[in-house]
Amino acid sequence: MKSTMAVNQPGAQKVNDWTDILGDFKGVESDLIPILLRVQEGLGYISEEAVRCISLFLKLSENQIYGVASFYPKFRFSEPGAQKIKVCMGTACHVKGGHFLSDAVAWELGISIGQASADKRFDFQRATCLGCCTLAPVVQIDDRIHARVLVTQIKEILKKRE
Amino acid sequence: MSDFEKRVVQARRKWNLIQESKIPVIYVGTATCGIAAGALDVVKSVRQTLKETGIKARLVQVGCIGPCYLEPLMDIVVPGRPRISYGPVNSRSARTIIERYLIEGNPASDLAVGHFSTNGNAPDSIPRFFDIPMLKPQVRVVLRNCGFIDPDDIDHYLANDGYRGLTKALGMTPEEVIAVVKEAGLRGRGGAGFPTFKKWEICRGAPGTTKYMICNSSEGDPGAFMNRALIESDPHCVLEGLLIAAYAIGADHGYIYINSDYLLAIARLKSAVKQMRQYGLLGQHILDSGFSFDVTIKEGAGAFVCGEETALIGSIEGRRGMPKARPPFPAIAGLFGKPTIINNVETLGTLPNIMRHGASWYRQFGIQGNYGTKTFSLVGKVRRGGLIEVPLGIKLREIIFDIGGGTWRKFKAVQTGGPSGGCLSEEFLDIQVAYESMTAAGSIMGSGGMIVMDEDTCAVDLALYFLNFTQKESCGKCSPCRVGTWQMVKILENIVKGQADSADIARLQTLAEAVQRVSLCGLGQTAPNPVLTTLRYFRGEYLQHVNEKYCAATICKELVEYFIEPGKCNGCQQCIRVCPTEAISGAKTEPHTIDLSRCIKCKACFEVCRFDPLAANAIVMRSERRAS
Ligand SMILES: Cc1cc2nc3c(=O)[nH]c(=O)nc-3n(C[C@H](O)[C@H](O)[C@H](O)COP(=O)(O)O)c2cc1C
Ligand code: SF4
Ligand code: SF4
Ligand code: FES
Repeated sequence: MKSTMAVNQPGAQKVNDWTDILGDFKGVESDLIPILLRVQEGLGYISEEAVRCISLFLKLSENQIYGVASFYPKFRFSEPGAQKIKVCMGTACHVKGGHFLSDAVAWELGISIGQASADKRFDFQRATCLGCCTLAPVVQIDDRIHARVLVTQIKEILKKRE
Repeated sequence: MSDFEKRVVQARRKWNLIQESKIPVIYVGTATCGIAAGALDVVKSVRQTLKETGIKARLVQVGCIGPCYLEPLMDIVVPGRPRISYGPVNSRSARTIIERYLIEGNPASDLAVGHFSTNGNAPDSIPRFFDIPMLKPQVRVVLRNCGFIDPDDIDHYLANDGYRGLTKALGMTPEEVIAVVKEAGLRGRGGAGFPTFKKWEICRGAPGTTKYMICNSSEGDPGAFMNRALIESDPHCVLEGLLIAAYAIGADHGYIYINSDYLLAIARLKSAVKQMRQYGLLGQHILDSGFSFDVTIKEGAGAFVCGEETALIGSIEGRRGMPKARPPFPAIAGLFGKPTIINNVETLGTLPNIMRHGASWYRQFGIQGNYGTKTFSLVGKVRRGGLIEVPLGIKLREIIFDIGGGTWRKFKAVQTGGPSGGCLSEEFLDIQVAYESMTAAGSIMGSGGMIVMDEDTCAVDLALYFLNFTQKESCGKCSPCRVGTWQMVKILENIVKGQADSADIARLQTLAEAVQRVSLCGLGQTAPNPVLTTLRYFRGEYLQHVNEKYCAATICKELVEYFIEPGKCNGCQQCIRVCPTEAISGAKTEPHTIDLSRCIKCKACFEVCRFDPLAANAIVMRSERRAS
């Protein structure tokens, strides 16, 4: 169960060993989703290796783990791009034209929602609601929320962060 | 004096030190909405200003006070004077305000929103904060501490009668607690409005010694942030409610099931739980009583259906969040097969208030059968959006027009209840906001999302938006929901593209009614609501899309063209600059034209022509009626 891949713990210290994160859990079925969340937080996605390790640890088949993980929109199975772009697709943002923004990002980056750019520089996801609906439409880039965004600002916002 | 009472005395002392501070106190609201609006820049600017000017003042970060349209909000208290709120501020105006008020002694009333004086010693021309139109009709019960206390400091909560509801409850038998909640008439705020005491009674009476109490903070409704804001601004009121509920039903373990994207709310909960442990409010023999309880924070992985009780339980157990047929109800056989109660965040947040002040106090708010208050996230095309709390029985019109200030363009509809709810047109503005009346009108109370629409919103597009959402979120277990919502999306897509005929509308209606009737869980049963209500109240719009290929709101892309009005265009060429497909041409100072075969309808030229100072607002989106 050894791995050389580094996983960031929420506390931001690096651990180099799967047993380190798994050590925080009892090894029961209800640990599955919390473990997957920890893995994704550290690696950015759920790798095949992670699934193998979790499978051994929880004594669940890999299929069962994929079955659960793929059910939840949060989990992803390929490496994300470096810069995280999230366009809010919540109701408030939709009625204020949020879909124009996702179209603009897609046009600018040449990728569609849910994808990472081929060079892994950008990662383009939807958000269901970023919790600041009065500032709609909003776009989140890494940790920063851009409020009341116009289509014509998308280019600038993306460029500024290159 | 018990250890707890000693803590309370200390907490009051600490709180009074801030209230009677000898130096000015500056408050900045830093919940998610405030941060998004730039509150952290304001905090930085305040710190820097204080450092550079050498002014001595204290900075306190608080939660969300509600009027998000004024965010970021900064409040200043000068010793001996009432607290004054300013907003929206930015890093520059924060500095100006501090300099003007704290150096020159001028309260900068031109930048102030309101003051919090209760004895009239207010600076001239600044209104009372709670008298400003957005706040005046509101009643703050659940939100009473939001924006006033530091959510990361349990002492602030304690100093404001925190955990008094719990101490009262622990002095009663669980049955007496249930009786108080029954008398108060509290109904579940998660959407359905089921009487809280009834569920509790069933669970209390269920056989078994292990029982669970769960707080449902999944809040999957896109466009609703009430639960998130409450936890971020006053986490202890929810936790206190959880303890009271657990005591009443006889649970010794609880879970808070929360969306893993709610980073700030989770952080606040974790810090609150830690402080509760230190204060003896969790663990064995809480406050020296016979009651023992502990809580686990469970992060969800973002599925709307996990807000449904049986799906939520499945998710905590580590499985896919798939609903199960009921009975058995969770109150009898829930988490790990044990009797379990799930209550919404706001339901729990209300409990401490009911326990503290009693049932009859609570019943003064609201109307018969619908007692108390309800929080809403008032958003969309409304002038003053934000987090609000109103007594039940208030009219929709009062919420949208008195509190929200109405719409910029003509009001069209209000959507409540999110993907499970419906759209109500103007004729319903005078109905009372109560569980039965909202349902009778065709919508639902829901958990508190309230999205206002004006004439620039297309009812068909909105129905498609929600159906797309529920279709994606359907867990797939039962076919009416899985296949039915998919078919409904297809029909709606054809309608918005102008590729449907009137038989499709009839098909959509039949299908919607079938899905509503035969789906397994609430998601499928309510998914057709947005379609059914828009078909009922905005059928004319459906017919226009179908028969005339016309979208009056100019939202449905396929039915809309961008057009430059030659008489208005000044040939400034700004639109050419932003068009990604080079669809626009024209000589400088001459009217421009758009090549529709190249136009991808991205809206860039429209925005520039409208907002650029050089441009003449000459571009329109238009939809033309076509005879079929
Ligand atoms: C699809 C679906 C999603 C739901 N989402 C939520 C939610 O996000 N929050 C919530 O409190 N209740 C939600 N509910 C309602 C819960 O199942 C449950 O009725 C509620 O949490 C009970 O708490 P209350 O009695 O305090 O209202 C949802 C129900 C369904 C069918
Ligand atoms: S109604 Fe939809 S979400 Fe509910 S069980 Fe059926 S398929 Fe799943
Ligand atoms: S931006 Fe507007 S005014 Fe300027 S050239 Fe384009 S259409 Fe004409
Ligand atoms: S809908 Fe976009 S932030 Fe809530």
